[in-house]
Amino acid sequence: MALDIASWVLLSMGGLFVFIGGVGVLRMPDFYTRIHASSLTDTMGAILIILGIMLQAGASLAAIKLAMILLFLLITSPTATNALASAALLAGVRPCGTDPVMSADKGIDLDTNADAGSLGEGKDT
Amino acid sequence: MTIIFGVFLLTLMVITALAIVHTQHLFVAVILSGIFSLLMAANFFLLDAADVALTEAAIGAGISTVLFLGALTLTGEAERYRSSSVNRVVALGVVAAITLMVIYATFDKPAFGDPQTPVQQHVAPWYIDTTANDIDIPNVVTAVLASFRGYDTLGEVFVVLTAGIGILFLFSATPTRRKKPQTEQESEVESTAEIKFGEGLRHFLIPQVVGRLLIPFILLFGLYVQFHGDYGPGGGFQAGAIIAAAIILYALLEGEARALRVIPQWVLTGMMAGGAILYSAVGVVCMMLDGNFLEYSVLAADPITGQHIGIIVIEAGVGITVTGVLLSIFHAFAGRRRF
Amino acid sequence: MELLGLYHYWVFAVLLMIGFYAVISKSNLIKKLIGLSIFQAAVFLLYITMGKVAGGTAPIIQAGVENAVFSNPLPQVLILTAIVVGISTMALGLGIVVRIKEEYGSIEERDIQEIDRR
Repeated sequence: MALDIASWVLLSMGGLFVFIGGVGVLRMPDFYTRIHASSLTDTMGAILIILGIMLQAGASLAAIKLAMILLFLLITSPTATNALASAALLAGVRPCGTDPVMSADKGIDLDTNADAGSLGEGKDT
Repeated sequence: MTIIFGVFLLTLMVITALAIVHTQHLFVAVILSGIFSLLMAANFFLLDAADVALTEAAIGAGISTVLFLGALTLTGEAERYRSSSVNRVVALGVVAAITLMVIYATFDKPAFGDPQTPVQQHVAPWYIDTTANDIDIPNVVTAVLASFRGYDTLGEVFVVLTAGIGILFLFSATPTRRKKPQTEQESEVESTAEIKFGEGLRHFLIPQVVGRLLIPFILLFGLYVQFHGDYGPGGGFQAGAIIAAAIILYALLEGEARALRVIPQWVLTGMMAGGAILYSAVGVVCMMLDGNFLEYSVLAADPITGQHIGIIVIEAGVGITVTGVLLSIFHAFAGRRRF
Repeated sequence: MELLGLYHYWVFAVLLMIGFYAVISKSNLIKKLIGLSIFQAAVFLLYITMGKVAGGTAPIIQAGVENAVFSNPLPQVLILTAIVVGISTMALGLGIVVRIKEEYGSIEERDIQEIDRR
């Protein structure tokens, strides 16, 4: 019973983090802050949710498999975020506020650079 | 709870599909279709189709996205025209009419999940009972795929092989004309893409280190899926896709040329044909042992052992062909110069 | 449960037609292929939906579990192979599009028709 409650607490916390990550992706001003928000989903959200499911699974083969999944997620998702960020940097997306031409008052609109528009605006089109 | 989750996933799928059709940027459309495939895989899992979910996740979300991106670097990423309003109205009219007709027809469909419908009563119970008695492997899907419907699967393997051969033939031609009605921006995109494909991510330390770390595990998982397919979700089709994905990851990290040095094209071509030949050879061996084509029971003294041997060997054939074809297709796209 | 079933079928119909719309109304050949893959996915969804049995599990026989209810394995087998065949034929289609681009310099149906008319 206590395990059940603990697992539900973990699952709800994980859901909360995923939700915050989702809000962040929608509300953040530029590409880099957005992937920062989405990395919250990958790390905190995934960890809490998988721990919650592990408590539900109990001591079994399923729990070990879940632990492996968690391990691989913890290795791959930061790497994916890093690769995404460096790809954006390579394509010429400037972080919001670093360049006087594309300062914060322009907000999300980074369309001055064609590549920046394509990558930064990906989720909206 | 499952109901809410199912409705949620289905709704997300519709939204994603609408976004795919709406966007004018093909790169975005391809990434969204990867998301669409992942949602579809989750949905298949909810509908008890674990094998299909695994296939869809490996192929729809993984390989197909890579292939589409490979094609995009060769063709350009922007959709140039919006469809004209007349065209759009006519298309929408046709689409709306057919949607209404199909929805009207759904009311006559048997209820969802009803075990008494003809679909569930026809051959499915027979397959499940016979698998337990005559083939004795836990995964009924693999038993049906490899043994009961072995002819069918052989045909599918040859379709995959034919598609691979078709790609090799298509890309063996060199273009006749060299027209270049390109804007400046497009050629810029091209040059960065070429750098990426030529050298891989060799200058990016973190993806490279992590990728190197992961590739052996992906290959191991592919082999597990291949040989554990009799007991759990998996089999040749999924394993082929996963192993191909590992090699594609290597090619993305280290560059196209190095990946071709690891597995040269002649090996891949051999794998394409070899797997299909292996599959057919099992059938011929069965005939030589006085059985029917693909009747695995005659392969050993004990019919059940014979079935096990036959299934393992033909699944290996499927895996080899699928790996060969998917990698050949990838190399064909990635190695093509942009004319 | 009944409504969920109908919802599955409706989503099938809507996805089918979204894909079909992309095929008939878009001018870009790659967009048409993406539409075709949505169309294909919708058909897969229909098959798998039809094979679901209420309260069933994936058709993997577990030792010691008697009288388990299994979903229909047959549609799953058909769709499993269809996905792999689908990606191979899709790749062939993409190959043809790339060749068209190389010969015509465009992948827009409108441009290609104009070049052909000349």
